[in-house]
Amino acid sequence: MIATLLSEAWQAMLSNRLRTFLTALGITIGVAAVVLMVSIGQGTQQKVIGSINSMGANLLIVNSASSRSGGVRSGMGGIPTLTLGDVAAIRELPPTLYASPISTGFVQLVYGPNNWNSYALGVNAEYLELRDWEIEQGRGLSESDINSATRVAVLGQKVVDNLFGDEDPIGQVVRVKNLPFTVIGVLSKKGQSMDGRDQDDSIIVPITTAQRQLLGGPFRSSVSMIMVKAENAEGLNALERQISALLRQRHHIRENAENDFGVTNMTSVAETASEVTGMLSLLLGAIASISLFVGGIGIMNIMLVSVTERTREIGIRMAIGADRRTILTQFLLESIIITVTGGVIGILIGVGLAQVVGQVAAIPVSITAQPIVLAFGVSVAVGVFFGLYPARKASLLRPIEALRYQ
Amino acid sequence: MPPVIQLDALTKDYLTDAGAVAVLKGISLKVAKGEFVAVMGPSGSGKSTLMNILGCLDIPCGGHYLLNATDIGTLPEPELARLRGQVIGFVFQGFNLLPRMSLGNNVALPLVYQRIGKAERLARATDLLGQVGLGHLVASLPTRISGGQQQRVAIARALVTRPSLILADEPTGNLDSHTGREIMELFQRINRDQHITIVLVTHDMSVARYAQRLVYLKDGLLAYDGAVADFHGVEA
Ligand SMILES: Nc1ncnc2c1ncn2[C@@H]1O[C@H](COP(=O)(O)OP(=O)(O)OP(=O)(O)O)[C@@H](O)[C@H]1O
Ligand SMILES: [Mg+2]
Repeated sequence: MIATLLSEAWQAMLSNRLRTFLTALGITIGVAAVVLMVSIGQGTQQKVIGSINSMGANLLIVNSASSRSGGVRSGMGGIPTLTLGDVAAIRELPPTLYASPISTGFVQLVYGPNNWNSYALGVNAEYLELRDWEIEQGRGLSESDINSATRVAVLGQKVVDNLFGDEDPIGQVVRVKNLPFTVIGVLSKKGQSMDGRDQDDSIIVPITTAQRQLLGGPFRSSVSMIMVKAENAEGLNALERQISALLRQRHHIRENAENDFGVTNMTSVAETASEVTGMLSLLLGAIASISLFVGGIGIMNIMLVSVTERTREIGIRMAIGADRRTILTQFLLESIIITVTGGVIGILIGVGLAQVVGQVAAIPVSITAQPIVLAFGVSVAVGVFFGLYPARKASLLRPIEALRYQ
Repeated sequence: MPPVIQLDALTKDYLTDAGAVAVLKGISLKVAKGEFVAVMGPSGSGKSTLMNILGCLDIPCGGHYLLNATDIGTLPEPELARLRGQVIGFVFQGFNLLPRMSLGNNVALPLVYQRIGKAERLARATDLLGQVGLGHLVASLPTRISGGQQQRVAIARALVTRPSLILADEPTGNLDSHTGREIMELFQRINRDQHITIVLVTHDMSVARYAQRLVYLKDGLLAYDGAVADFHGVEA
């Protein structure tokens, strides 16, 4: 019987096309808004988490600046307090897998007639493994490059493209801040980093060379940052505490004095970011849900009109044997059909819009099954919820009164 | 065999702004299986009220209504719906077909509510439309046919569930006398060939003559109950 009722409900919808269309439109807009907003929210979440995770797992970043009580780092402008000695000491801690100093700065590169401004990273031989970065061509930095502060460089893809074009860069000499560096390797393509910088636009040189010849300012022997990778996730928190204790001791910080460095646990940063962007998704979805709710009220309104209009029809159906439950089911099916049709179209429009927004506006979107299934479920639920009252009203009519209705 | 219809001191009041108005004031009546009864009476005497109660569309205020020996006063609504669908076929003065449904589907609709499969529904509806002489119009819409044809469809719909009782409230009231006669011949045939009990309201003595028995209502009471042939009017 349900099949017959369904096809009857469908017929009823078709016999009043414009009204059905307008009613379903409310649901379509609501569902499309939910799908679009959740896609944007989730896209943002994934992008943020993805770029944090792209730094690598189980990472700690030690900054050469004091840390405030709330964990908010003060500006980077302070005097760098970290040294290569600190790096070596951290490297000796048992949970440490890799540790690398990082000093950075902008440099001008010249090769033949071409020149290019890029971001120089002074690091040690472990850095590429620590970051899970891969060499596409040539080799990475070696211990002896670090120890003897050789003028060698590993280039990012973008630098290669801009300086060398199609030419093979390995073994060539580029001038970095007017000093000749031999290209020993090329990194494979990485994409954007967490702060939106193009990671392929970088040049990697030995930390020692960077300190003494390239980036050396007034604080030649210091490093601005140390990146540490723990053996595993379990060791991460222990390592964080050990590094704090170690550096306090090495920097001779008194009992009650504040640290002159900060340790950031990238895993907890990722968790916080995930929470915040998750809230964003929820908020966007909640705002969009309001339009779905308004659409639902539209359904209720039109179903009430429909029940009144068809009072006589209801009476006839009851007179030939329809019981209350059947009448209830019939009207409920009609509102569910409206919402499901509107919902499905809304999902298609929402997904389409999300893709357009993703491409045209460069807003990260992530279209997953979850909001789509949810939106579908919600449209059925809206149909039931807002259709129930009118359907119940129809089913509770007394047959003789319904038949008398003109 | 128990009577199809048995009424014991049946009453019905309507609540109006002026208070309760008694319309049926105690009707006792038995209709046996296979009878063809005409109900007559002046306008406002309560004929339709009585028919609606007989059709389980309305409920009495007092007394008892036994349909095939079951007191309908004790039945819950789903049971009443089942009786309306299976035991009773109701024919209205205004036909009451669903305008957007084909004649075939209109006739088959009561079977939907009895959960009968589509193929059988269609077969039975086509068969009945054939019996009332409209086999060629299965796919037409009610709005495209004449009043007489619509009433035939309504009769086919009333018969499709193979009911034991057909109730008709002024079925010829909206038809010209020629078409009315055709409809009455159809009722007569149904009564004679299928032994279906028929109770039919009319204002027209010539229509009532198709029945065997006549019940005359006046002021909510039975003023005459006997053979049609013996009826010579009631004193004012
Ligand atoms: N729903 C109602 N509410 C109040 N009074 C009603 C209602 N239905 C009918 N009546 C009254 O009950 C009385 C009987 O009505 P009913 O329709 O049964 O008469 P009838 O014999 O069928 O008349 P007619 O020959 O005109 O069809 C009338 O006085 C009518 O006004
Ligand atoms: Mg009447």
